[in-house]
Amino acid sequence: MKITKSEVEHVAWLARLELSEEEKEKLTVHLNGIMAHFEKLQQLDTSEVEPTSHSIPVQNVYREDKVSTCLSVDEALSNAPDARDGYFVVPQVVEI
Amino acid sequence: MNATTGGASEPYSLTAHELHEHLVARKISAFEVTQVLLERIAAVDEQVKAYITVTAESALDAAREADERIARGECGPLTGIPVAIKDVICTKGILTTCASKILRNYIPPYDATVIQRLKDAGAIIIGKANMDEFAMGSSTENSAFFPTRNPWNLSRVPGGSSGGSAAAVAADEAILALGSDTGGSIRQPASFCGIVGLKPTYGRVSRYGLVAFASSLDQIGPMSKDVTDSAILLNVIAGKDPMDSTSVDIAVPDFTKALVNDVKGLKIGVPKELFAQGVRAEVADAVMKGIELLGNLGAEFKELSMPIMEYALPTYYIIAPSEASSNLARYDGVRYGHRAARSSDVLTMFARTREEGFGSEVKQRIMIGTYALSAGYYDAYYLKAQKVRTLVRRAFDDAFREFDVLISPTSPTVAFGIGEKIEDPLEMKLADVCTIPVNLAGIPAISITCGFSEGLPIGMQIMGRPFDEETIIRVAYTFEQNTDFHRRKPPLTGGVQA
Repeated sequence: MKITKSEVEHVAWLARLELSEEEKEKLTVHLNGIMAHFEKLQQLDTSEVEPTSHSIPVQNVYREDKVSTCLSVDEALSNAPDARDGYFVVPQVVEI
Repeated sequence: MNATTGGASEPYSLTAHELHEHLVARKISAFEVTQVLLERIAAVDEQVKAYITVTAESALDAAREADERIARGECGPLTGIPVAIKDVICTKGILTTCASKILRNYIPPYDATVIQRLKDAGAIIIGKANMDEFAMGSSTENSAFFPTRNPWNLSRVPGGSSGGSAAAVAADEAILALGSDTGGSIRQPASFCGIVGLKPTYGRVSRYGLVAFASSLDQIGPMSKDVTDSAILLNVIAGKDPMDSTSVDIAVPDFTKALVNDVKGLKIGVPKELFAQGVRAEVADAVMKGIELLGNLGAEFKELSMPIMEYALPTYYIIAPSEASSNLARYDGVRYGHRAARSSDVLTMFARTREEGFGSEVKQRIMIGTYALSAGYYDAYYLKAQKVRTLVRRAFDDAFREFDVLISPTSPTVAFGIGEKIEDPLEMKLADVCTIPVNLAGIPAISITCGFSEGLPIGMQIMGRPFDEETIIRVAYTFEQNTDFHRRKPPLTGGVQA
């Protein structure tokens, strides 16, 4: 299986990464190399094996539904690249 | 006191438990300790470059408070002890960059739980340590700012990703440090820098405020000059935290009670696969000698085979980037961190922000993870890796039915040269071949120094059953009490080296 440059572009878009041409070329080579390394896992028969997502099995962890302290609006906005009137400001999303 | 000349009697060269005795006896104040450490940093950090941020002012303030506590007779084991914090752990009001351009200006509005616990214990945050960007790497060369150097040989890497934390402790620029370990990032740099590094069982320590890399693997742990100090630091940071639902509600023992110089009757397993895969002869020899020493002290040891180990590395390199690609989706220039200028629409802003903000290793891993999780490939890669993860865990469960601990090298080699492996990502990843299985299984492991080669430390990894940090501490402590590798200091002097 070979990963093409256009697949790299598609994956980059899924990951919201705007890559330079040079990066696309490099990543195409790199992804092919590392994915080949992953083929090794296909040697193992795992048809009867359950997947592990966490080493310590935890089911739903509940807490009491009560109000506790949290960050103030000012604190939450303290690192914002752009903020106004208690909101984060981003480029226009919806056409008016 | 002269911070540049060095010597065993200098306060900066002491362990936390030694300093604690001096503080209790009022031979030195927390303020003086902190000043001495800051002088030491000023003298040697230009060479080592362990710190991204040195928090001199707030450290001295905290030291004054610690002295007040001590005056009231409240001197806990960490009161007045300067600690370096890996720059992936949030510190309220103190720059936390993850060594990434995307978080270059990020000042957390809250403390990680481990930081809160350190503060409650009277410890002093002395600075934020360098690392591989977002903890992705094995040499600290992936820092967006600068590489850290190995105090034992400045042309070598300190390991990674917690390379700044390890180098700071080894160079006596901190008494203790916190690191984080996703695939070996505490143990491998501890090994390269000749210190102790302990990765606790997954769930033992709260991850609240630890910037997430791979959430099912990440764990915060102590880095220190000896085993006693790691036990002391683990005592403070361990325990269930309501802010981290994956932290486990299980009794936290007093880990210092495990500091027992006795391994009689203990069963040590030696997994032969962890002595293969590129492990250098001098490393394997030193670790085997270490195991034999434990044998002479009354432990029984036997080789075992864990063939699944050779599948651990590819398994990790699917799971970790997959989780990372999801975790790092939050860096979009909206709420914090870098935002690309002049983007006409929001999607372009996201993509451009991420292009400008992430370094190449981080981008590679996001791409691998996104690919592995994308439609059509999920079953072949991510699900398959999760199933192999089950097999890795089973292999450890089986081994621990027969053995109390398993011992292997921490890393296949001693510290390699700066620039040596940066262009060869697969070769670089082999540096973690012995440590990665531990994260997949979620078990605890400690790295201690068991020898030297080319003037560089060799690390021995002791792995234990889940939530049995006590036994690995006991084995490590016994080894330490019967050797003096941990007392050696790097030949580092102040000023610029020729």
